[in-house]
Amino acid sequence: MSSARPREREIERRAVVFAALGDETRLSLVGKLSKGTPQSISELARGSPLTRQAITKHLRVLEGARLVGSVRVGRESLFELRPEPLKEIQSYLERVSEQWDHALARLKSFVEE
Amino acid sequence: MTNIIERRIELKAPVSRVWRALTDHREFGQWFRVKLEGPFVPGEVSRGQITYPGYEHIKWEAIVQKMEPERLFSFTWHPYAIDPDVDYSAEPATLVEFRLEPKGGGTLLTVTETGFDAIPKDRQFEAYRMNEAGWTEQLQNIDRHVKRTA
Repeated sequence: MSSARPREREIERRAVVFAALGDETRLSLVGKLSKGTPQSISELARGSPLTRQAITKHLRVLEGARLVGSVRVGRESLFELRPEPLKEIQSYLERVSEQWDHALARLKSFVEE
Repeated sequence: MTNIIERRIELKAPVSRVWRALTDHREFGQWFRVKLEGPFVPGEVSRGQITYPGYEHIKWEAIVQKMEPERLFSFTWHPYAIDPDVDYSAEPATLVEFRLEPKGGGTLLTVTETGFDAIPKDRQFEAYRMNEAGWTEQLQNIDRHVKRTA
C-alpha cells in the first residue's frame, strides 16, 4: 500500500547482506564459492578448522541473505554463490560515495575561498 | 567493492581553517547544506534540516562521537537516508571520520565511512583492523566473480 514499504524491505535486506558478510568465516566461504564452482559442505570444510555443523550454520546465514543458494545433485546439496546481493550493495556504496564526492567538493571551495 | 568508503582530498587551507569548517555547526551547515539546531557536542545528538535544493524535507540526525582539535572529528549516522517515509532505524548506523593532517601549508583530509555490516560498535575498530587484509583479498575474488557473471 504505502510506497515506503518496498524501500524499507530493501534497507533491511541490505543490512542483512552487510551483516552476513561481516564475519570472517562467512567471508571466506564466499571467497571459496566465488571461484564459481558449486561445492558441497565437505568440500567447503576441507582445510578449515570448522566442523561441518558450523559450516552449515554459516551457510544458512548466507542463504538467508540470498548470497548463497543450494542445488541438489544426487544425494548431495551443492552450494553456489548468488552475486545479485553483492551487486546491490556495491551500487549502494557507490551512491553513498558519490554523495561524499559532492560534499567534499563543496567543502573544498568553501575553505579555499 | 569494499565495505569501507574512503576519500582523501588536499585542501589549500590550513588545518585550523578546515577544522573550523568541519566542527563549527554553522560552517559545516554551509558546505554540507544542512541547517543545524546547535553546536556539535561529543556524545550528543545533532539535529537539523537538510538545505540541499530538492531535499529540504529531509531531517539530519547524527550522534557526535569524537572531537580531537585539528585531528579528528567523527559522528555516527544513517547514510543515504533520503526518503522521509522510511524508518532507517533498521539500517546499520555507520561511523564517519574526518582526519586532518597538515601538508605543505595546506591540509590532507581523509574521510572514511565504516560499519555497513552493523557489527557491534564496541568491536568495530578492532574487527576492521583484523579483517582488513582478509577483506581486500576476498573482495577481489568476489569482484572478479561478479564481473565474470555480470
